[in-house]
Amino acid sequence: MTPPSVEIPSSKIGIWGKPRRRPLEWLIERGIRATAFVCLLLIALIFVFVFREALPIVLGKVKAVEITESVGESETYGEDPAPTASQPKKDLELEAEASDEIIGVKHILGKEWQPVSLKPRFGILPLLLGSLKVTFIALLFAGPMGIFAALYTSTLAPKWGKEFMKPTIEILAGFPSVVVGFFALIVLASIVQNLFGLQYRLNAFVGGLAMAIAVIPVIYTVSEDALAAVPKSFTEASLAVGASKWETALRVILPAATPGIFAAVLLGFGRAFGETMIVLMATGNAAMLSPGFFEPVRTVSATIGAEMAEVVFGDTHYRMLFLLGSILFVISFGLNAVAEFFVRNKLMKKFKGAS
Amino acid sequence: MNFRTRKKIQGRLFLFFTAACAFGCVALVAWIMLTIIQGGHAAISWTFISHAPTQGMTEGGIFPAIVGTFFLVLIMSLVGVPFGTITAIYLNEYVARDSRFAQTVRFAVNTLAGIPAIVFGLFGLGFFVQFMGGGIDNLLHGGALKWGQPNILWASLTMAMLTLPVVIVSVEEAIKQVPRELREASLALGATKWETIRKVVLPNCVGGILTGAILAVSRGAGEVAPILFTGAAYFLPDIPHKLTDQFMELGYHIFIMSTQSTDVEGTMPIQYATTLILLLLTFILNFSAIFLRYRLRRGRFA
Repeated sequence: MTPPSVEIPSSKIGIWGKPRRRPLEWLIERGIRATAFVCLLLIALIFVFVFREALPIVLGKVKAVEITESVGESETYGEDPAPTASQPKKDLELEAEASDEIIGVKHILGKEWQPVSLKPRFGILPLLLGSLKVTFIALLFAGPMGIFAALYTSTLAPKWGKEFMKPTIEILAGFPSVVVGFFALIVLASIVQNLFGLQYRLNAFVGGLAMAIAVIPVIYTVSEDALAAVPKSFTEASLAVGASKWETALRVILPAATPGIFAAVLLGFGRAFGETMIVLMATGNAAMLSPGFFEPVRTVSATIGAEMAEVVFGDTHYRMLFLLGSILFVISFGLNAVAEFFVRNKLMKKFKGAS
Repeated sequence: MNFRTRKKIQGRLFLFFTAACAFGCVALVAWIMLTIIQGGHAAISWTFISHAPTQGMTEGGIFPAIVGTFFLVLIMSLVGVPFGTITAIYLNEYVARDSRFAQTVRFAVNTLAGIPAIVFGLFGLGFFVQFMGGGIDNLLHGGALKWGQPNILWASLTMAMLTLPVVIVSVEEAIKQVPRELREASLALGATKWETIRKVVLPNCVGGILTGAILAVSRGAGEVAPILFTGAAYFLPDIPHKLTDQFMELGYHIFIMSTQSTDVEGTMPIQYATTLILLLLTFILNFSAIFLRYRLRRGRFA
């Protein structure tokens, strides 16, 4: 909305050669621009500051770079347990770093006061595995539920069903995560324990179930948008060749909206991976590298939440937690970008010209 | 069984399954709400709302937590809403809406909305508490610790960052609804750009700003992760008086009482009641936002 450029008579040009017809106007415009830029600067600073605190670990030593990379790999290629291989390497490198610190380099990298007792905490793999377990359980329940609920409301439901679902999902999305965590901790955990006769009351499964409550609105909303974007001509064509309403929904509309639904699941994954309070309250918070879903786990986000208050500014533990934060950041950023790509490029291109 | 009946049965089953998923969500919401109402309604009283916790947080009320939450969202809105509104105005009125710059900013805002809350906590700690606070202390107090520790100001600013996308998106939506003709009419009458924004655009998107503010407050009141280490306190007998004070907060209070209390079983009614109050607070806020947005959508330009 740039205004049409107006010729300013030379008599109205100020001493600095700029139009100064209305100083107040000029000032306000500058003020608005400055405020907007401060705002954008702050957004940019989030990127800078979270990574900045973690940077010494990544850059400080060549070996540290290898470790962060191996962590990145293990997390993208699934739960394939290679931890035994990289764990000792990591501990070795931390010991080396610690011994460097004892020599007394008072560098920002090296304020390390409890290197030995804190050492076991730096193994990142059980945390990633914990996050993946909880996320997997959450998506296992929230995925089908959210997607089919969206399919129901957008194609099959009577009008009152639609009117009913919208506020329900808004309420579900409005639940503060601490409330969901509380509910899981007090109610859900006992039910699950009695149902399966479990040894541990709080475990990955309970955390995942609770997480599903938080993820359903995300998956539902994005899937519904995708399903609603399927052109009406698809439905009409399908009905015209004799398919019934439900066949149209399942065989035509659902496949057509696949990229959008894929995006919904990705966004749900991101939400579940980064959510803190629910896992902090409902997973038991024990960093164990075990395959079971009914054992306590500690996730990446919960580790930050639980330990950040106690660490010393600038020491290795502190930087490790920021590194965990950077990992969360990169994952959520990547998932958002990929999801947007799927919605914008795949889904919308597919429907272009079809409506 | 012939083809047609088989199809029919399949159809019924499919309809039943999807409907079960949809109404499962409804049942889930009802179940959670009923559980919390049932557990908490008996413990809510005026004393509970107006008194501080006593006996090591096993008895008494939640007054400091309510006031702390109030101050948190108040400071957050005072900072976040003007900033978000001005940014939205800049993006829609001063730069071309579809310019590369505006697109980039929108992408950044979307990204911001997808970042986990705990990362904002880290940012608050790294930037506000240590960089800003520590910097102020070094400049003004010669390194003595005053601003460089968690307090309500830094927590509120962190929360303002978290809720910024909510405000920007709401206000943008409202600004887009103001018809171009109104602006042109105003400009044609000789009003300047700022006069047009102030007297034509802004009055027409008060609803959007308000919606954004309410949604932001509701989000801010419910999030706990960003304030875990930027200012929330375990227990304080008093309400915060200065910006450098720490504060109690409802969500954090629930978290502490249900995980770290000395007597988790005995304080169950208090925990339920606190949860119920937080839930009521967010619901009232959310529904007023939904209502406002509904009014806005039907709008005067329909």
